[in-house]
Parts: sequence; C-alpha cells; structure tokens
Amino acid sequence: MTKYDELTEFLLRLGDSSLIHAQRLCEWTGRAPALEEEMGMMNVGLDLVGQARNWYEYAAERINDGTDADALAFRRDERAFRNLLLVEQPNGDFAVTMTKQFFFDAWQFHLLTLLKDAKDERIAAIAAKSLKEVTYHLRRSSQWVERLGDGTEESHQRMEKAIDVLWRFTFELVEKSDTELALSESGSIPALTELPEQWRATVNEVFAKATLTVPDAPSTFYLSARTGMHSEHLGILLAEMQFLQRAYPDASW
Amino acid sequence: MSEWTLFEVFIRSKHGLNHKHVGSVHAADAEMAIENARDLYTRRNEGVSIWVVPSASITATASDEKEPLFDPSEDKVYRHASFYELPDEVGHM
Repeated sequence: MTKYDELTEFLLRLGDSSLIHAQRLCEWTGRAPALEEEMGMMNVGLDLVGQARNWYEYAAERINDGTDADALAFRRDERAFRNLLLVEQPNGDFAVTMTKQFFFDAWQFHLLTLLKDAKDERIAAIAAKSLKEVTYHLRRSSQWVERLGDGTEESHQRMEKAIDVLWRFTFELVEKSDTELALSESGSIPALTELPEQWRATVNEVFAKATLTVPDAPSTFYLSARTGMHSEHLGILLAEMQFLQRAYPDASW
Repeated sequence: MSEWTLFEVFIRSKHGLNHKHVGSVHAADAEMAIENARDLYTRRNEGVSIWVVPSASITATASDEKEPLFDPSEDKVYRHASFYELPDEVGHM
C-alpha cells in the first residue's frame, strides 16, 4: 500500500470522505420519503462529488505519476481509501441518514472554516468554495435533526437509536492526528486544535434543541481510516461504485 | 408525507423586482418548505429571494366566476393608455 506525503494523505481524506458520503446519498435515489427530499439529498450529493473532484485533482498533481481524479475515485482499493468510517456506514432509516449527514456536515463546516485561511492557496480556495455549499448542508441537516428529535415519540426514539449506531464512529472527528499536526507546523494549513471542541459545541447545541442526549466522548478503536482499516461496509460500496471502470476500463460514452 | 402541507413558492430573480409564482412544494413546516423550494426551483441560478405561502392561505377566484369578473373589462379599450392619441409636442412619455 502506497503511503503518500502528509499533504496528499490529508487531501485524500477530504476527497474520499466527500465522495463516499455522496455515494451513500445516491442510494436514496428513487427511495426518498418525498420527491422534494430526494432532490434535496441529490443536490447535497452533487455538491460533495464536486468537492471530491477538486481535492482529487490537487492530490493527483502531487502524486504526479499519471493518475487523475477519476483514477483516484475508481481504481483504488479499500485499503487505499482515507474516508471517515462514519460516512461509509449504511444509510439505515431516515434518522440514521440524517444523523450521519449532520455529524459530517458539522465536521466539514468547522474544518473548512479553518482551512479557508490556509497558507496553501489551493486548499484555501477549495475550502472557501466548498464552505458555501456546506453551510447550507449543515443548516438543512440541523433542522432535520431538530424536527425528528423533537417530533413524535417514534421519530425521537429512532433518532436516539441512530445516535447509538453512529456515535462510536465519531471518534475520528475529534481525534488529534500527527499528519495534521505536521501540516500545521509546516505552515500549509492552520492549526486544527479547536476543531474537536467546535464540532462538539455544534452537536451539543443542535441536540439540546432536538431534546436529544449527547453520549459520552467516543473512544478510539482498532479501525482507522487514516491507515485504511475500514469497516466491512466500504468494500461492498466500492464494488458497486467502481464496477463500470473495473469491468470496462476507460469506457466512454 | 400525506400529512405534509402544500406550499406555493414565489421566487425573485436577480434582475426581477417582484417575486413570481413558480410552483409548489410539500413540506412539514415553513423552514423545510424554503429549503425544498431552494433545492427544486433555484438549481439553475434562478433566484435571489424565496417566499413560501401555505396553499391553503390563498384565496382564489373560482372558475365559474370568470364571466362576471373578467368579461366586463373586455370592451373597455379606453382603459389602455394606447387608446389615447398624444399630441406631437408631448414626445415620449
């Protein structure tokens, strides 16, 4: 397994998280609870595919061995993916989908807010553009969390259950990483030390309005996206997402 | 879903002065209606402002009132500015 330099690893973490989350959103096509909601989710998915492309293009330039954004998305194996464990989790019911969306949006929102001031101009530009989209995503998913949490007895119970399913994977959103520390010390990106606290504050605020309980801090376990140790769900997702390029390489319209 | 409210959507475009009716959305509440309207009706850069109004709040004319309401204005051409001839010295108005 190739290990890239720190900045490239960081770019892949951002690109892969956006792409895998978008692929999960695609699974709702034709199955969403309402036509309006389906359009809403697909819009978010498309925003994220666009963001993934931007991060990948930068990563591909750095890797500089003839790879490109498409190859990074469709020709890498599970162990090479750096996406958050959270986003590869199955959609479950609408409560799981929206809770996952909210955790991810809050993380992206605070991360991109910090990155838009990065000294690396390419990162700053992608972050600034993505932040506009993500600000809306967060607004939308926060309102859904409130609506379902503070909705009916059943919707509340389903939200509590969704949090129970997903919370263990949020350790990755609040953990310190050597990669990011090295990058901020070298000056390419700002220090991300405040990110965990900002993420927690957003979760606390929205959960309070939604009458939902915030669990205790999640603990690290043996899986870690940073080393390509994924849950069993990513392989199946990739098999579907990458099928065409794997079966018919370079197929075109 | 069947319990969701129908909202009418009005969009003001970048160069438009007024909000125009563009269609309707289903939503559980007004905030969701705004978001659904944003996702359905402003995907191609159509607007800078959105209004949503519960469809039930709109009082409309009935189709069988069409004749008494609208036909009487048909033969009143003098209500159009173009009916009047302007003296040349007025120029463009």
